[in-house]
Amino acid sequence: MSFRFVAGKVLGALGTLAFVIVFNFFLFRVVEGNPVGVLFRGRSLTDAQRAALKHQFGLDGSKLDQFWQYLVQLAHLNLGRSYETNGTVFSEIAHAAWPTVVLVGLSTLLSTVFGVWMGIVAGWRRGSVRDHGLTTFTMATYAMPDFWLGMLLLIVFAVILGWFPIGGMEDPASTATGLAKVVEQAHYLVLPCATLTLAYLGEYAIVMRSSLIDVKQEDYLVLARAKGLRDALVRRRHAVPNALLPIVTLIAINFGFVLSGAIAVESIYSWPGLGLLTYHAIRAPDLPMLQGLFLVFSASVIFFNLAADLAYAYLDPRVRTT
Amino acid sequence: MSAVAAAGGARRIAWSRRRRALGRALRDFGRSPSGLIGLGILVLVVAFALAAPLIANHDNLDPSKTLDTPLWASPSHHPPLGTDSEGRPIWDQLVYGARISLLVGLAATFISMVIGSAVGIVAGFYGGWVGSVLMRLTEWFLVIPFLPLAIVLAAILGPNVRNVIIVIGITSWPATARVIRAQVLSLKERLYVERSRALGASNRHVMWRHIVPNVSPLILANTTLTVPIAILSESTLSFLGLGDQQNPSWGRMLDEAFSNGAIGQNAWWWYLPPGIGIVLVVLGFTFVGHALEEVLDPRLRERRS
Repeated sequence: MSFRFVAGKVLGALGTLAFVIVFNFFLFRVVEGNPVGVLFRGRSLTDAQRAALKHQFGLDGSKLDQFWQYLVQLAHLNLGRSYETNGTVFSEIAHAAWPTVVLVGLSTLLSTVFGVWMGIVAGWRRGSVRDHGLTTFTMATYAMPDFWLGMLLLIVFAVILGWFPIGGMEDPASTATGLAKVVEQAHYLVLPCATLTLAYLGEYAIVMRSSLIDVKQEDYLVLARAKGLRDALVRRRHAVPNALLPIVTLIAINFGFVLSGAIAVESIYSWPGLGLLTYHAIRAPDLPMLQGLFLVFSASVIFFNLAADLAYAYLDPRVRTT
Repeated sequence: MSAVAAAGGARRIAWSRRRRALGRALRDFGRSPSGLIGLGILVLVVAFALAAPLIANHDNLDPSKTLDTPLWASPSHHPPLGTDSEGRPIWDQLVYGARISLLVGLAATFISMVIGSAVGIVAGFYGGWVGSVLMRLTEWFLVIPFLPLAIVLAAILGPNVRNVIIVIGITSWPATARVIRAQVLSLKERLYVERSRALGASNRHVMWRHIVPNVSPLILANTTLTVPIAILSESTLSFLGLGDQQNPSWGRMLDEAFSNGAIGQNAWWWYLPPGIGIVLVVLGFTFVGHALEEVLDPRLRERRS
């Protein structure tokens, strides 16, 4: 991969990040005009209190000064203080990041693996019963709001059957440590992870299926068959590796959606990650927290898109020339 | 005189061609079973929403007016669909909720289509620096994760039906803009556009006479596929507490069912109907959209089935 190509992609991603940062500033300071007034709607404040709050939120001085202050604070990873808990937004987000990383990471992994497998099974024997089954399944999960799917799983498996806990990440009374603690948390993770996996599985399956169908018409597959290779070998060696390429991009594109899905699903299961933090920040409403979360979500999506672009170019040399 | 007659004749020929093409498209659509099923679902749901004042009572949405009805009544105790934690009948909420969900889905899609088509057509047709600026903007909006952006916007603007429509409309146009631009780029190189240019046609003429009419079927198919996404987005925003508090949608019903403990009470008559409603409407629009795509682009037919 040429340096020029990588540098171009990295610069593009940095440009997008800069856009998000500027956009974030304008969204909260300029569009609204008076955040202090909004946050303290219906509460009487003295002029001194108002001025102090304005200073605390970095709202005194000209718009240009404010923008500069915002950039300086951002460079120090200072995202302001939560209006609800008065903790710093940065520490609250850092605290909640790990559960979300585990949930989103594991469900992305599972939905990719199962989705690819289902797509191979359906695409290799097009028009079979399994193929139709896959299409039906995909349509059904696509049409369901992910939080409703989460509610249904919660009712069936936690309330009625009682196999899994209703919510949270661990039993508050539990004294388990080490491996026992991991096992306990895994038990709490099953339902939220299953919800996100089911919600995004269908898309991977459909993309894998149509990619495999495209690859099946390529000359090198005809050649592989003409050499007399067994069907399973043609599939494993020649068809699947080439058909996997679009999945790389899809993982990155989906990442933003999975994060969004995590917001709703985490609130259903009280999974103490960034999604639940967002849910509470909406209900408060806690604007500094929402602003910080928006930055973190956007930055991670930009990062994953960049990673996918580079991975794709590494895997498929045809892309590099364009 | 003869020039006028010739122009009139050309128009007549164009219109008779369009009529024939429309007839052919309708016949093709009629051959798609899933398209017809989808259309059937949509007709039913729209009829349901339009007939709301006839089949349901709006007063029943106000808890202060439902003091006589039992709380948490199951459908057998309070037909047809039971009541919620405040004694409001689920049926009336479901019927009036259909109106809000459909209204938000359609209106948000309209905004999204207007922005997406305008950006796509202008970027594709003019190219140059206008085109690159517009496409850069589109890519930026594509990368910003939709739900966090929508949440931030809705939190700033405040929760009501109008703002939810605006928020979904201005966050969901980039995909459309990209598809439309690609189509315009290919249309621009067609022979009839070249012929028209050679005869001295202006940009405006080419755009309105050749580009816009040829790209509009694509806009139509895209519209039908954007409505379900908008309806799902509305349900998520409402579920998170960013929907209208006065006019409950299906998403808001699910939010209330969840926060009032319908899951613990296992009040299935409360949390199942709105979810099923959303699923049906989303399937309806998606089926119709896919059928339209196939009618308009026959190359898809062999790939999908």
